Amino acid sequence: MLLAIEGLTKRYATGDLALDRVDLLVPAGQVMALIGPSGAGKSTLIRCVNRLVEPTAGRVVLDGHAVTGLGPAALRRARRRMGMIFQEFALVERLTVMENVLSGRLGYTGFWASWFRRFPRRDIAAAFRLLDRVGLAAMADKRADALSGGQRQRVGILRALMQDPSLLLVDEPTASLDPRTSRQIMRLLVELCEERGLAAIVNIHDVALAREFAGRIVGLRAGRIVFDGSATSLGPAELTAIYGEEDWSSTIQGEAEAEAEAMA
Amino acid sequence: MNGAVGAAGFDAEAAARAWHPPPLIASPWLRWGVYAAALLYAVVAIGSIEVNWARAAEGLERGARLLGGFFPPDFTSKRQDILEGLLESLTMTVVATALGIALSVPVALGASRNLAPLPIYLLCRGIVAISRTFQEIIIAIVFVAMVGFGPLAGMLTLAFATIGFMGKLLAEDIEDIAAEQAEAIRATGAGWFQLLAWGVLPQVKPRLIGLSAYRLDINFRESAVLGLVGAGGIGDTLNTAFDRYEFDTAAAVLLVIIGIVLACEYASGWVRRAVQ
Repeated sequence: MLLAIEGLTKRYATGDLALDRVDLLVPAGQVMALIGPSGAGKSTLIRCVNRLVEPTAGRVVLDGHAVTGLGPAALRRARRRMGMIFQEFALVERLTVMENVLSGRLGYTGFWASWFRRFPRRDIAAAFRLLDRVGLAAMADKRADALSGGQRQRVGILRALMQDPSLLLVDEPTASLDPRTSRQIMRLLVELCEERGLAAIVNIHDVALAREFAGRIVGLRAGRIVFDGSATSLGPAELTAIYGEEDWSSTIQGEAEAEAEAMA
Repeated sequence: MNGAVGAAGFDAEAAARAWHPPPLIASPWLRWGVYAAALLYAVVAIGSIEVNWARAAEGLERGARLLGGFFPPDFTSKRQDILEGLLESLTMTVVATALGIALSVPVALGASRNLAPLPIYLLCRGIVAISRTFQEIIIAIVFVAMVGFGPLAGMLTLAFATIGFMGKLLAEDIEDIAAEQAEAIRATGAGWFQLLAWGVLPQVKPRLIGLSAYRLDINFRESAVLGLVGAGGIGDTLNTAFDRYEFDTAAAVLLVIIGIVLACEYASGWVRRAVQ
């Protein structure tokens, strides 16, 4: 298993129980969608994996090495193997596109080298190759805040890829994007994961997108896993278990239409 | 606008007539009480001022003679003194600003609740509070007593005041950074100093540069005052001129100060606009 989460629990200082003894296994190369209502603990779960949020109890094991319990230096080394992608892109807006992409190498670069932007030539070449692939090579020296939403999210994805990760932690990648760009971003993510054999945990609100792009779907409700199965086995009963009572026919029907459209 | 849904019997027209914008102070007793107290204070305060009109008239005449002594301003007879004082003030200002900014950056980092743990936060806020509590003149008097008359005391004073000013305003800007940008840098496996250089500095750089330019401007103005308590600079020259009743030289010094302050203000304004 690439990632093993055992009994992961998070109780915030306010007393809210965000995660309640979550167990989850993610094999290498698997793209997994994590769905659930707002406040179910999706963001907390992926932030506990790279310990941007400190778990209250439980273990996170990446590639056979426990991430929980690591000291600061070892934790930074472990974080290099986990690329993170954010809902609001979280690019450093006053830095250029290239600087943002290269910031994915910070964990591999000494402080003074990074201060003077003296990254190894092969890192810069790798960054240009990735930028070219997503059609942004010409924008390398533009400031990140000059980009559109879809372009920013591509840069966010590249920053994560530059870390040479084995796992991507993806937090609502499409929530700030229009429907068409959302699909393009999801497609790019899945393609890159397949190419590089990366596993990904993708928090996502859009059930139709999750069903379309992820082989496996995990449903979280009030900090507990209430569904874990393939996209096809996610029906109205399962959605009700995750989100609560609602008429789900249009969600599922809309999904069928999208599929028919894609095939046509 | 008359939607079908809504509480039965609710009259929106009547509610609209009865609606008033909320007053600043909700309770009418307190509101009118505050107004009445303010009015009463103003009446009593104005009544308590005693003016001796005869003396004021005499003073006007003396003032006119003093101002008359200012003309024409004499730049030449004490040229060397003015130049030295000016150079001393400028040196004092630049060194104090550079030193103060260098010291204020770590203080600002420590005084930001989103970066520093509580004990360091309290310590740095304490430093900022002490530096801001005392007016420059008071600090200058202390430093003059400690290191003697001259520009060293003035330089230390301005550097100390700069720490409080920059520390507080920069810390506020650091506390307002977009947390997710810093979080993203942290998630790459960056160390603490890399987090500062890549996640925090780019976000606060315009403010850091703008505040530095502004503080340089303030420090020159302050340096002109510090001479009055013996802390060196152009203020010393001005003080000496007054002591010797050389009002024409004093006028020249004042004009020089006005010129430099205007130049500083214009330059710092330009820098601040350029980095926004």
